[in-house]
Parts: sequence; structure tokens; C-alpha cells
Amino acid sequence: MRKTLFESLVHGPLTEPPPAPDEAGLAELARSVNRVARARLGRSLSIREIDAGSCNGCELEIHALNNAFYDLERFGLRFVASPRHADVLMVTGPVTKNMREALLRTYNATPDPKWVVAVGACAVDGGIFAGSYACVGGVSDVVPVDLHIRGCPPSPTELLKGLLALLEHAS
Amino acid sequence: MALLDTITRGDKAKQHRPWPRAIVTDAGWQQAIGLLAKGRCTLLGLWGDAPFVHMALLADTFDDIAVLSWRCKDGKYPSVGVYHPPAIRLERAIRDLFGLEAIGAPDTRTWLDLGFWGVRHPLGKSIPARKPGPYQFLPTEGEGLHQIAVGPVHAGIIEPGHFRFTANGEHVVRLEQRLGYVHKGIESLLRGATLDAAAKLAARTSGDSTVAYAFAFAHAVEAALHVKAPPRAIYLRALMAELERLANHFGDIGAICNDASFSLMYAQCGILRERTLRAAESCFGHRLMMDVIVPGGVARDIAPGGSAQVQALLAEVRKVFPRLIDLYDNTASLQDRTVATGILTPALARQFGAGGYVGRGSGRKFDARKMPGYAPYDDLKFEVPVLDAGDVNARVWVRIREVEQSLSLIDQILKRMPGGKLKVALKASGKTCEGLGLAEAFRGDVLVWLRLDSKGRIERCHLRDASWFQWPLLEAAIEGNIVADFPLCNKSFNCSYSGHDI
Ligand code: SF4
Repeated sequence: MRKTLFESLVHGPLTEPPPAPDEAGLAELARSVNRVARARLGRSLSIREIDAGSCNGCELEIHALNNAFYDLERFGLRFVASPRHADVLMVTGPVTKNMREALLRTYNATPDPKWVVAVGACAVDGGIFAGSYACVGGVSDVVPVDLHIRGCPPSPTELLKGLLALLEHAS
Repeated sequence: MALLDTITRGDKAKQHRPWPRAIVTDAGWQQAIGLLAKGRCTLLGLWGDAPFVHMALLADTFDDIAVLSWRCKDGKYPSVGVYHPPAIRLERAIRDLFGLEAIGAPDTRTWLDLGFWGVRHPLGKSIPARKPGPYQFLPTEGEGLHQIAVGPVHAGIIEPGHFRFTANGEHVVRLEQRLGYVHKGIESLLRGATLDAAAKLAARTSGDSTVAYAFAFAHAVEAALHVKAPPRAIYLRALMAELERLANHFGDIGAICNDASFSLMYAQCGILRERTLRAAESCFGHRLMMDVIVPGGVARDIAPGGSAQVQALLAEVRKVFPRLIDLYDNTASLQDRTVATGILTPALARQFGAGGYVGRGSGRKFDARKMPGYAPYDDLKFEVPVLDAGDVNARVWVRIREVEQSLSLIDQILKRMPGGKLKVALKASGKTCEGLGLAEAFRGDVLVWLRLDSKGRIERCHLRDASWFQWPLLEAAIEGNIVADFPLCNKSFNCSYSGHDI
């Protein structure tokens, strides 16, 4: 173990420089985030992730945000276990009918001010699963959405861009 | 003797490949149930196709498969689950989706239908939904028992499902799962779909196994249409499948250690996973390699320089991974959590036909790449690591050994990569035809069964994840363990919610 620990000390960091915030994301956010909230939160956001019916591909890439390459926490962004601690809900999936109520309850359990980020093609409008008897459609059909991060699944870099855009406007 | 010939049956289906399917009546159906109950063959799948219910059996030599079909009268068929418990959840799902009833079924509660679809039996003769009563969890009686209800929304970045624990102090007396939350109705969307659209849907059944699903789907289509993908495509498929296996094994080995509060392994394994996904992206243009395997071949070639990227990845893994294994093996606090925790007995693993590291950590030596086997694995050298202990530690070790096997497989694949075409054109056969395909995902065997119409569209397609037979075993493995070890046990199984709920 000592060897591995020592090597991590002398090894240069793997962490990548942050990407520029996503322009489209910025524009979308500018409309939804108000000044008062920014002042109140400071430069940090707690994120609660909710899988509302995803294939789990989006979760894999959201997970990757925590690895040494993307290291989300350096931006003051971190994932929390409870919606009661969250500023941001990150929602994936076509919102299955079986998850609709759980999503709503989680949203209601999150204190104001709060933002909802819909992640992945499915979360926009149901994506490839749209039209099924078992899916509602997009996340915005159930709760108000402030930012969409598209892709199937969006790469960690795309996720990071979207979140940085959120941070700039929320803080 | 072929498995199907040991069973009293009617005519074989004319266009069912590569293994046979036959309609059976009571004698044959009961014989099959008898074989299952006596452990002489394994249940590979049980699914609806109104008015039929199909049952896929795997010979105990793993080299033969038979599909039996029961034609339901008045929407009923004799229960398999009453004698063979692995069928119980499948029968509950068949009823929810098709309205077909298993006579004598030991558990008649709903399974995937949680009462929100607005219809009942969406794949059969659908009827408007009625308001469901509260779900009856199994009763537990005894002094000092308390219940803990968890989910569907869990604390981490994980898929949703409900767990109902009954505990006596810290010890789990019973775990009961309630799944179905991410049911997307994939099999209804598949009906009438073109092969292109269907392949994309199949590839999104469980995102962590997108390559394996596309692989199994392609096998089924190619079997139905009686075509073979070109050699280069077959090798590229295997390259992707092994990269997917590596990425998942790295991610999960790290995550299991993290659940035992050892975050150094988590961080280091996370780096290997990320490097694998980056190599995948530079080769195939997508980190998870979605939609690259298509029926008939592959949609794109490996990018120029891709093979060098993969070789660089292999070199890095060979440098770093052995040290991580040492770290895992020599950290007493970690071993203390994983050894003798969450034991799955070999008998149960065998009865349920547990695939992947869940089965192989409990002595079941099944790997679809080896037996029944498929190209190009029949040309490649590899071993199927098996352990008997059945605990979290055994499942971790099986995955460690599988990483080593995958590295060697990738070496061989790159060395032997044939030239030539990437895809054969698929022509509708002009008649109805059926195919069954298997592929070994990182967590176990994926089964795809389908029937194409004369124009080459999907008439019915069923996707069966390995998780169907692993989830119930997690309930058994956690019994008697402390509640705090559940995340560790759960992660060591890492069943798919999406793949199960479809
Ligand atoms: S957007 Fe793609 S990866 Fe994400 S949940 Fe939907 S199908 Fe899966």
C-alpha cells in the first residue's frame, strides 16, 4: 500500500483543466436563475441524482464525474445522499410511470431555491422510449426543468460543461 | 441425445435457429418441469408470446438448448414456479404483461406492474387498469423484529428499486425486493420495429451492458435470417465486449472496496475504468460503444491508431492492476469485510442458473462464450475462473481473474484481427423466422429471442438479463448478515435494475 500511496504523491495530477461552460446551457440558465438565489448560495452546489427510468448509461457517466480526471468536487459541486440537502436535482431517464411519483416526492422534499437538470436524450422527451405505455416522456412533463444536458449518454465533459454553466448562474 | 429429444413433443417449429423449438402438451411440459426440479437442466428463460408461453432450457452439459412452447387455453398454462422457484418472478411478469395465468403458481402478486400504467396486460389483451390495493409484503413474525424500508430512490447514484428488510437487531432476517420501477415497456416498443430501431432499443436495455445486448441481439437476428457476420466484424465485436467487461470490472471492484470504506482502491480502479472508456472512444467513437454492433456486422471499423491505443491501455493495466490486487489481498480491514460475507451456496447458484461472477463465485462454471460458445471465442484461448466460497471475496476474485483473461483475449484479438468486410446486407427472408441469441455480458448471460415477419420486422422480441436469476439469490445471500453489509453484498452482485425491469 505504501508504494501505491507514495507513487500517487510523486505522480502528476490526472485532473484535466475545466472545460468552458456550455454556451447554450448558459443561455438557458440565464432565464431561470435569479440574483437573490445566487447571493444566498455562494459558490457551491449540492446535487442529488435521481434515476427516473434510465438505462443506467447516464448514471455511469455521472459517476465518472467523481473520478480523478474530472474531480467534480474541486468546483464546489458534490453529490449528496438526501434531497433535503440538495440545491440541484439531476434527473435521468424517460420518467417511467412507475417512477413518476417518486420523482415528484423527491422534488417536493428538496428545499427552495432549487434547480433541476435533466440529463440525457431520454430526459428531454423520453428519447428512444417515448410513446411507451410505461413512460411519461420528458422530465419537464413532471417537474420544471432549468437545464437540459443532451447526449446518449452525455460524456463527463459535456456534463461538466452543463454544471459549470449552472454554477456560474447559481452562485 | 439432444435435449429436445428427451421430451415428449409435437412438431418442431420450421424456422427456429440455431437451437430447436417445439410445441409441447401436458406430458412434455411436465417432463421439462421435472427435469428442472431435479436439477437435470437449467431454466434459461420463460416468456410470453400470446397465446404461447415459451420456456428455454439449457442442458446440464451447457452445450445444448431447447425451447418448449405451451399453447394457452383460456389464457392459462401449468405453473413452472410451483416446482421450480426460479420461474416464479418470470411467471408474475408474464401475467402482468400478457394476462396469461400460471395455474398453481405459488405467488400471484404483481411484479412489474406497480399500478401506474393506465392499462393492464399491455402486451396481451389489454384492459383498463383498476386501482391497485397496497402491495402485500411477505409476513414476518417473531420477537424483536423490525422492518427497514429502503427506496425506490437510494442514497447514491444508483438505479431505483425497493428493499424491505426485516431485521433482528443488526441481523437481516429477511430481505424482500420490490422491483419494476424502471420498467420502460421495451418489449412493446420492439413490436413492429425495423431491425435498425430494434437494435438501438436492445442496446439500451442496460447501459452498462450495451455491447453485450447488441451482441446477443445480432446473434438472434443472424440466426433467424440464417446469415453470418463477416470475420472482421466478429473480432471487432469481441474486442468491444472485452473492453466493456474490463471497464465494468474495474469500476465495480473499486466500488465494492469503497463500500468497505477503502477509497484508495476506488480511486485507483476509477482511473483504470476511465482509461478503458477513453480507449473505447478513440477506437469506436463512443465511450460505451453504443450502437457499433449491428445485426449483420458492425457499423464502423476501429479507428486508425485505435489498436495502438488499446495496446497502451493493456500495458498500463498490466503495470498498475497487479499492485491493486496486492493491495486488495493484503489489506486486513478490507478482507475482514469481504471474506465470509454474503455467502451464496453453490446449490442455490446451480438451481437458479446464476450467470456471471455470481454463479462462478459459487462453483457454477457457466460462461456463454465457452459453452454453448460463439465466434470468435471458439478460436481464442481463455479460461473460465471458478471459485466455491460464494462470498463477496470470491465474487471479487472471479472478477480479478476475468480481468486477466480479458487482457489476454484482447491481445489475441488484436493479433488475429482479420481484414475484409464489416457487414453483410440483411434481406428479409419472405417468411416468418425465429432466432435465439446469447452473449456473455460482464454480469452474466444475456438471452435474446425474437420472431421476424416476412418483411424482416420484429414481431416479438424478448430480452432476458442475467439479473432475473441473480436478484432472488441476493435475498438469500444477505440472510444472517448485518444490515451494514448490505451495500457491500449488493455491489458484489451488481444486478441490473433496468435490464431486469425492461
Ligand atoms: S439518454 Fe441514453 S444513456 Fe441515458 S438513459 Fe437514455 S438511453 Fe440510457
